[in-house]
Amino acid sequence: MKILVAAKRVPDPNATIKVRPDGTGIVTDNLKYVVNPFCEIAIEEALRIKEKLGGAEVVLVSIGAQVSQEQLRTGLAMGADRAILVLADGDVEPIVVARVLEKLVAQESPDLVLMGKQAIDDDSNVVGQMLAEMLGWAQATFASEIKFADDKSSAVVTREVDGGLEDIQVSLPAIITADLRLNEPRYASLPGIMKARKKELKEIPLADLGIDQAVQIKVQKIAPPPARQAGKRVETVQELVDLLHTEAKVI
Amino acid sequence: MSNVLVFAEHLHKKFSKSTFVAVGAGKALAAQSGGECYAAVLGTGMDALAAELAEYGVKGVFAVEHAALEHYTADAHAQALAGLAEEKGCDVVVATASSIGKDLLPRVAVRLGAGMASDITEINADGTLVRPTYAGNAMATISIETPRKVISVRATAFEPAAKGGSASVEKVAAKIDEGALKMKFVSFNETKSDRPALTEAKIVVSGGRGLKNGENFQTVLEPLVDAMGAAMGASRAAVDAGFVPNDLQVGQTGKVVAPELYIAVGISGAIQHLAGMKDSKVIVAINKDEEAPIFQVSDYGLVADLFKAVPEMKEAVERLK
Repeated sequence: MKILVAAKRVPDPNATIKVRPDGTGIVTDNLKYVVNPFCEIAIEEALRIKEKLGGAEVVLVSIGAQVSQEQLRTGLAMGADRAILVLADGDVEPIVVARVLEKLVAQESPDLVLMGKQAIDDDSNVVGQMLAEMLGWAQATFASEIKFADDKSSAVVTREVDGGLEDIQVSLPAIITADLRLNEPRYASLPGIMKARKKELKEIPLADLGIDQAVQIKVQKIAPPPARQAGKRVETVQELVDLLHTEAKVI
Repeated sequence: MSNVLVFAEHLHKKFSKSTFVAVGAGKALAAQSGGECYAAVLGTGMDALAAELAEYGVKGVFAVEHAALEHYTADAHAQALAGLAEEKGCDVVVATASSIGKDLLPRVAVRLGAGMASDITEINADGTLVRPTYAGNAMATISIETPRKVISVRATAFEPAAKGGSASVEKVAAKIDEGALKMKFVSFNETKSDRPALTEAKIVVSGGRGLKNGENFQTVLEPLVDAMGAAMGASRAAVDAGFVPNDLQVGQTGKVVAPELYIAVGISGAIQHLAGMKDSKVIVAINKDEEAPIFQVSDYGLVADLFKAVPEMKEAVERLK
């Protein structure tokens, strides 16, 4: 089985994000970067499938500047077999990411494509779905559990949805996007980190893929969210309830 | 001039408030572009729902039926919805950013060659849209550059459509290539509750890791939740630990809520949790750690042991009644 896993380089989710005064983006000085948490879960799932099947190839893909190599090396250190970095400068909008993945799927013919359900920087939550439609494949988004049929022609995926948990059956190959509780990713071991240095990391300039890069979404400006008024501390429950009743008037 | 098609989501043959929020947003977009707003229900046995939808000030309602639409699956629904939009000359497709909206709309966008904007919180007069990024810490103003547009709206950010008029209902047999379908609904394990829906309640009381276990949610938190007639939510930590089911999670990638009153009990206030509740009108925090980040966003903060404070609060609230 070949599993293609898409992973994105994003700022540390616990970093305090500040918007640049000129509104062109966020302040990136001193920001630490990591593998998008949901993509890390996708990588982990691919590795677990590989371990369970006793043999599969896990190929990582990322689209971004050369510095994204760091995140691909992390994935290789976790246990992925090889990686592809599609070199692109600046922010790449979701439709372009999906088109890149479509090209790579054609080249690699994976049995399964895994990725995080959303990137914690852009929060779009669309790439997996767009790719599935481009390929005419099934999709299972917000996956919290994946169970393959014995013949591997399909999988039943449990999805976290608004009202609870939904099970759907998807024919393979399919796109599955990972949600929080699909698994808990492993830390890369020291031997893993050493081995990762020798694993193949191929770089492909975006232009070489010959995809349509016409802009669909233009970002006009970035602004901080509305600020909340500073609140107050209360000393007792009674004081709280009285204020909620008389001052805030919400109970 | 663009006509708008609103995807009217339903469950158990009922609409939720968020469906009417999508209609409201659709109408606003249509008015802005000088076009008409239509709405569609997809499924089987859609007559009653279509008739109800027709009372919400849209130009027309489409009841789209096909056996393949009986249960929601992304591929069949995308074929039907995109096909309908094309057939009826609607260049803009709108839905709320619910689980279904998020799952479905990107496929529709690809089918229509339309740019997609997700989880919109504002529609500007100049046609630009605002959406949250970085867990709501950076608000992006964007424009969709394609003639056709697909837009999912954050349900807490817009008013539901008002009732008005009586639109025509047209029954449409969906054209679905069944040979192309690769997904099948298997089962839905729905969390049953008599409480108000988390995304619609006026008051939400959420519990976090501080509650220590699922039993405490029941014995300590729920009495307060019910005394206030509130919905119950939870932090990611509480769900991960198995204290409560996943659909109670409030946060960047869980439910986004904006009630009149949000009470965070034993929740530290991680960035990702704040993303799901910081638009609440009034925020209360009860936590024994005075350094907890939640106190940075709360309007009223009580540093206290929740195991004493929550039962006290339940009593105090009941005395108010």
